[in-house]
Order: sequence, then C-alpha cells, then structure tokens
Amino acid sequence: MPEEKKIILQVEDICKKYGKEEVLKGISFEVRKGDTKVIIGPSGTGKSTLLRCINQLTIPDKGKVWLEGEEVTHSKKSINQFRQKIGMVFQDFNLFDHLTALKNIEIGLIKVKGIKKEEAKKKAIEELRQVGLEQQANLYPAQLSGGQKQRVSIARALAMDPSVMLFDEPTSALDPELIGEVLEVIKMLAIKGMTMVLVTHEMGFARSVANEIIFMEEGKILESGPPYKLFNNPKYERTKKFLKKITELYGESDEKND
Amino acid sequence: MIEFSFINHILLPPLLKGVWITIKIIILSAPAGLVLGILIAVGRVYGNRIISFLCTAYTTFFRGTPLLVQLFILYYGLPSVGIFFSPFTAAAIGFILCSGAYHSEYIRGAIQSIKKGQMMAAEALGMNKFKAILYIILPQALRRAIPGCSNEITSLVQYSSLAYMVTCIELTGAGKIIANRYFKYTEVFLVIGIIYLLMVSVVTKFLDMLEKKLKIPGLG
Repeated sequence: MPEEKKIILQVEDICKKYGKEEVLKGISFEVRKGDTKVIIGPSGTGKSTLLRCINQLTIPDKGKVWLEGEEVTHSKKSINQFRQKIGMVFQDFNLFDHLTALKNIEIGLIKVKGIKKEEAKKKAIEELRQVGLEQQANLYPAQLSGGQKQRVSIARALAMDPSVMLFDEPTSALDPELIGEVLEVIKMLAIKGMTMVLVTHEMGFARSVANEIIFMEEGKILESGPPYKLFNNPKYERTKKFLKKITELYGESDEKND
Repeated sequence: MIEFSFINHILLPPLLKGVWITIKIIILSAPAGLVLGILIAVGRVYGNRIISFLCTAYTTFFRGTPLLVQLFILYYGLPSVGIFFSPFTAAAIGFILCSGAYHSEYIRGAIQSIKKGQMMAAEALGMNKFKAILYIILPQALRRAIPGCSNEITSLVQYSSLAYMVTCIELTGAGKIIANRYFKYTEVFLVIGIIYLLMVSVVTKFLDMLEKKLKIPGLG
C-alpha cells in the first residue's frame, strides 16, 4: 500500500523572495520511497527555485526540509552530508568540462565520499553502463551530444547512491530527437524504484511515469493528484488550460496505452 | 667591429655568472608569483568582504606603483624599520609580489569566465566550497589563464633586469659593469639582449608545450 511507504523527503511551507518578488509562497509536499513526483506549471512559477531550496543551493527564507526524517534546514550537520544523498540533474547538464565522462562520475566518489580510486572507477563504469555510455567513458563533455551529457550527469548523481533524485527540466535544453534517450533512462529509474522529483514539460512522460503531478502557479501549489485525475478531471480551469496548452506544444508521444 | 676575443674572454665569463643569478631569480619568482596570484584571485572572487577587499587593495597597489619603487622600498626603505634583505632576496620578493598581482588578474578573469553551473553541480554533489574551487574551478580556470600568465612570466624574465638597481648583480648588472669599464656599450648590450631573447624563447616554448599538454577538448 502506498500510504505505508516510508517518507523520504518532506518539504514544509517553503518561502523564497527575490527582492520584492515572492517566488515561492509556502510550498509543502512529501515524497515517499519509490515515488515519482512531477512538478509542472508555467515558467517563472518557482519550480526550479523550489528544487534548489530542497538541497539548499538556494536558501529559503522560511520553511523546513526533512530528508529521511532528519531536518536539512537548520541542521547542525554540514549541508554537504545531506547533499550527497540528494542527487541533482540540471537543465544544462553542468558536467565538469575538464573531466572525462568517467572522471565526472569518479570525482564525487573520491573527493566527497572518500572512496578509493580503483573502487570509484569500478562504480563509475557500472553507472555509465546503466545509462548505456560505457563506450564514451574517456570522452570529454565537449565530445558528447546533449543527450549523452545528460545521461552522464544522471550517472554522476546516481553514483552517490542518493535517497532521492531531483531533476530540473532535464530535457529542456535538448534537441527533440535526443529527448527520448534521456526520458528512457529516467523511466528505467522509476521502474527500479528510485525516489524522484522532476520538473518537466514532457506531459506524455509525466502521465505515464508519475505517481503524482503537482501543478504550481505563481509560487503556490494550485492542485496535485495522480495523473489520470489531473488530466481527465482537474479541479481548476487553469490546470486544464495549462495541460491542454502544454500537451499541444510538446505532444503526448510517450503516453502509455492503458 | 665587434671583437670576438673581447666577447669570449672578457665579457662572457661575468655575464654567465650574471645569467645564473637571473635564472635563479626567475626559477624562484615565476612559480611563487603564480601561486600567490592564484591565492589572491581566489580570495578576491570567493573571499568574504574583508578578504576580497584586502586582495583588491593588494593588486591595486602592486599594479599601480612602479616595480622599481617597490624594489627601492624593499631594499632601501625597510631597513629603516629594522627589516634587512640581501639584494638577491629583496629582488626576488619584489618580483614575486609584483608578478603575483598581475597573475591574479589573469586568473580572476578566468575564474569569472567559468559558468556558475560548475560550482552549483560541485556543491550539489556535496563538495564544500574549498574542494569545489580546488578540484573543479581552478583546473578549468588555470587552463584558461595560461596565455595571460605566460605573458606575465615572459615579462618577468625581462623585468628581472631591474634587480641590479638594488645591487643584485644579475645579467644586466654584470654587463653594465663591463660596459662601463671598457666603454663598449653596443657590444655588451647587444650580447645581453640576445641572451634575454634566448631565455624568453626557451620560456615561451616551454609554456606553449605546457598549454598543449594540458589542452582539453572544449576548454580554453
């Protein structure tokens, strides 16, 4: 039963202001083990800021975050200990440009986790294999396609054995023909039971993979629920309109026929 | 006519001694200046307000005053407050401090050219600022700074000649003594010029090789 699954991530009343502009106006949600939550909403509604508030890359003005029952905000523990357990994938990949695909994955293991070099290499190769890129291990980011870069960056985050993965529009910077390979990898993670929070505009993907879709607008959660409910029977007209618009724009090619 | 026996027997022996001093100054000052430059640049970009201000003040002073004045302060000025340096030490310290200021500007520019996402990704992995700078930012920034820093090191080879103004008899100083004694300014300074040219060529070649060796696709 889903209700009995352990809560991995809990976000409570997160607020963030930039100057006078309130970007987040009190966001709360929780993510249970194995959940895939998809956050959608018009651009500029603070979706990316919200993700960055979770691992404190952006410090929220107010609100709390818990990871596996431990409070991340206001913790005596170093934030870096929490960040190790929160994998993050960025829209523009942010692979380390001076390191090969393999070394991009190794560096966190060696410098953050203190794992020995040979062991780190083994683990890194394993992760590359998972995303289908062991052949590209010794190529630098500039020698990889966008889709390959994003797969390496997913492998880099996975190598740290995170409790939860955050994806910030992982396919928005990709050419259309490269989106599929990245979504494929994320889907595989969902099937394997990885706990994930995704910000994305890929509605077909959201519909087939998410347990819950959170619709955000103007810094607030307008409504949330399982995909079938939001797509077929949304509470608000605004949700309906947004979903219609975005589906027309991005298509539904990834929809499951069930 | 240039007299070769003069060059071979009278000029070259003291010049070679001088060259050796020049080389020692360069070998000491170039790497130390570079390290200082890295520290100042990192302090300016990532330091808190006080550190950043101090680093800015440092570069402003050393880039804003003549090197010769700096050397005079070190060698002739500081003894009045009880600090004594040998001529060689005073010269080396002066060159390190000065080239550090110039290096820091090249390196700062390079650091600031690195995309913000690099730091963010490093921190997202759980690296602290120090590790992120050391393992992610500097390896990229220093590669980008190589052309500028090379320029500074070749300048250092040339301005090392100022050492003789604080009585550290290096190449130029050694030559000047001979030139004065024999009134052969053209020959002496022509030979000295050629020696500097050779040294700069060697340094440039070395730095070019280094740049090629460190080259990474898509970086630089």
